[in-house]
Amino acid sequence: MPNPTRIEINCETGVESIIELTDAEVAEMKYAAQLAAEKKSEEDAAAAALEEQKLAVLAKLGLSVDEAAALLA
Amino acid sequence: MANTYELISGVTVGVGGAANIDFTSIGSTYTDLILKVSGRTANAAYNDTIKLTFNGSSTSAQIKRLYGNGASAASDADGSGAASINFYSTTGGTATTSTFGNAEFYIPNYAGSNQKSISGDLVTENNATSATAALGAGLWANTAAITQITLTPNSGLTFVQYSTAYLYGVKNA
Repeated sequence: MPNPTRIEINCETGVESIIELTDAEVAEMKYAAQLAAEKKSEEDAAAAALEEQKLAVLAKLGLSVDEAAALLA
Repeated sequence: MANTYELISGVTVGVGGAANIDFTSIGSTYTDLILKVSGRTANAAYNDTIKLTFNGSSTSAQIKRLYGNGASAASDADGSGAASINFYSTTGGTATTSTFGNAEFYIPNYAGSNQKSISGDLVTENNATSATAALGAGLWANTAAITQITLTPNSGLTFVQYSTAYLYGVKNA
């Protein structure tokens, strides 16, 4: 299977070239994808933890989510 | 008011997508540059981040971002020394089929000998609840004239077919 390609546009000549990535560039892409996936997992986990924290506070107060929203509106 | 506003070069991504879009050999004819992007990536989310690099440099970048989704807003930053100027947010692969995000970047005095600033406004497109609008103010702390601009999806995936990027030159006098 060929490597993904990139597009290079020479603004001086107007020539557009489609260039296959080198194996090193593909490895860089995979690394970037891994970092992005890890960051997203961390963000999702942080958002879930915050949501859990909010629900715990509401439970302590004896309020539902709708009741809390009504209070804040 | 701009005296000229001319298309320098433009590109439409073809079948198979593009890992990056690279404008090279940008002349110093103009005062400022404007880059307009209609983008969608293969990212497994409704959005993705566009990374901008100048002259192939992977240092001296930083940005502050303000973004919101209609329910909440936030801001964050990448401090000095980042590898690229990362702008939230373009459309990702799980957004409504055939929708594309819009983005515009402004680069004043790109050929001057001061450090280079850049501002950008971006929106995702999605016929669903999840959508984001964002503003960003970035800096490339380098005094070289900008002769190359590279756009890369932060997800490490590709811009999909029919994504477009157009580079314009603005002359103030």
